[in-house]
Amino acid sequence: MSDLLRVANVSKHFGGIKALTDVSFTVRKGEIFGVIGPNGAGKTTLFNALTGLYQPDTGAIDLVGTSLYRRKPHEILKAGFARTFQNIRLFHNMTALENVMVGRHTRTTSGVLAALLHTAHNRKEERDCMAYAQQLLTRVGIGKHTHTLAKNLSYGDQRRLEIARALASEPKLLALDEPAAGMNPNEKNALRDLMVSLREEGLTLMLIEHDVKLVMGICDRLVVLDYGQKIAEGTPDVVRHDPKVIAAYLGGEVVV
Amino acid sequence: MNVLDYLKGKAWLTAVLLLLGLVLLPFMVEASLGKSWLRILDFALLYIMLALGLNIVVGYAGLLDLGYVAFYAVGAYCWALLASPHFGLNLPFWVILPTGAAIAGLFGVLLGTPTLRLRGDYLAIVTLGFGEIIRIFLNNLNAPVNITNGPQGITQIEPVTIAGLSLGKTQEIFGITFSSPHLYYYLFLLFVALVVFVCMRLENSRIGRAWVAIREDEMAAAAAGINTRNIKLLAFAMGATFGGLSGGLFASFQGFVSPESFNLMESIMILSMIVLGGMGNIYGVILGALLVTMIPEALRYTGDLQRAVFGEVFIDPADLRMLLFGIALVLMMLLRPAGLLPSKLRRQELAEDAT
Ligand SMILES: Nc1ncnc2c1ncn2[C@@H]1O[C@H](COP(=O)(O)OP(=O)(O)OP(=O)(O)O)[C@@H](O)[C@H]1O
Ligand SMILES: [Mg+2]
Repeated sequence: MSDLLRVANVSKHFGGIKALTDVSFTVRKGEIFGVIGPNGAGKTTLFNALTGLYQPDTGAIDLVGTSLYRRKPHEILKAGFARTFQNIRLFHNMTALENVMVGRHTRTTSGVLAALLHTAHNRKEERDCMAYAQQLLTRVGIGKHTHTLAKNLSYGDQRRLEIARALASEPKLLALDEPAAGMNPNEKNALRDLMVSLREEGLTLMLIEHDVKLVMGICDRLVVLDYGQKIAEGTPDVVRHDPKVIAAYLGGEVVV
Repeated sequence: MNVLDYLKGKAWLTAVLLLLGLVLLPFMVEASLGKSWLRILDFALLYIMLALGLNIVVGYAGLLDLGYVAFYAVGAYCWALLASPHFGLNLPFWVILPTGAAIAGLFGVLLGTPTLRLRGDYLAIVTLGFGEIIRIFLNNLNAPVNITNGPQGITQIEPVTIAGLSLGKTQEIFGITFSSPHLYYYLFLLFVALVVFVCMRLENSRIGRAWVAIREDEMAAAAAGINTRNIKLLAFAMGATFGGLSGGLFASFQGFVSPESFNLMESIMILSMIVLGGMGNIYGVILGALLVTMIPEALRYTGDLQRAVFGEVFIDPADLRMLLFGIALVLMMLLRPAGLLPSKLRRQELAEDAT
């Protein structure tokens, strides 16, 4: 399998806190790649640094030949790297459909003039965009909430809406930050099925998740972060038995 | 209520009746309330344009702009300088108006650029400063070269002239006499229709959604692929363009401009129209603009009322109307914090009906 994302020596500090130190790994095309680690390990910071919300201090980030290092978030999305947020960030006073339509911003082109003149291209684009968005809502399982304001959706549905919005940009790589947080077992199963079917369609996924059963069951490979450093990388089986990982999770001394 | 039910689904009939009502309105106002109320009506139309312009910046994009009146001023001074004895120019209105609107739009980008990283209170303070700077410039640009004529302002500004017909004086057309405010009413109405049209089209467009997305969560909007810098500048530019347009019309209508007309209070009034009516909703903003222009005028009559009831005037109507206006605003914020006609509420209700 070919490499999709290459991350080399990415570091990020906040004042005295070294949130990430020389983190390197490679995500291969078509896999589900897990990012795990204890609270405060730097997982979210890693996603933020990769997607342009934080400026990394050093390093290299490469998505199939395009450097994403220190690029703007919208440029990174356009290059094919979408993400969701750990603390849900939806457009609360927009409907579910509109949220997903905003996600298609980079895949549509109509500007002010086209909107004012209602050109044929503009009308077709709006129609297609709406249909595409509706299809995605159905896909993630909230197809009947088209016109519900995002803020009125249940917690689990909000998480699904975020995924739909990210998918609307037709990404190559989708990074999910704790998508199962706050979901009940049924919702978790549906989410798991969704992730598997997305992978089958050729999408590559990155997944931050605390639910060990879920993450070990679904991920092809993982990295483990602790105090901003990579302490392990490999298949679930390898990672599970890594003494450093066990120590990090149990909070004990590292015994090699 | 029955009439409304009957009109539902008959869009054409509604439109024709509305148009007829709007065309006849000035006749009725002039006959019943007099010419001064016709002027108030004209101003209400100008304020609708201003409020709709500011609504793009504040209502859609969520950028709290307290210096909006600066663009009104730029548009007004453009007209004043290009059509008055001050420079001895008298260009036709179809040249001045687009020029003024474009220059105001440019100012929108110019003043918007340094504020791109600011939000909320900080943005409000900086834009407030910009608004004041423009006013102070207008006040002082009379030396060494006299451009704006300083605090005295510019007088004898040419009225709009269309096909040889000056809107500045009473005209007789088809045997019907139209006063100057009456003629301006129709011109302003046309421009209001244009502005409303533009806002409606933009509201339900890719750009409109991008504005609202930025208002709701700028970081999420950026992560969803929106170039937040450009889209915010576009909001500033569009809002400023409408401000410039209204400014030009104001200058020609008034025949006189001075920096005094463009103070902070003016910006705050326009903002309160939006807040009162319902931020982000075109109908709400129009209603807000009408109420905020009309109510203070109507409250002038509280003097007559006091005299009729008590035989003398206890409280100066000028004081009373600001007091009542303030109370009205406070009550509004307590009872309907989202404005009289909040946006999206209707759509949401419709969605709930459907399920
Ligand atoms: N914007 C910020 N400013 C200052 N410190 C930050 C910032 N963002 C993250 N940090 C710090 O960086 C470290 C890593 O935080 P991060 O949110 O990446 O952890 P995490 O692995 O996602 O944890 P969790 O599992 O709790 O989500 C923490 O010590 C956090 O306090
Ligand atoms: Mg996190």
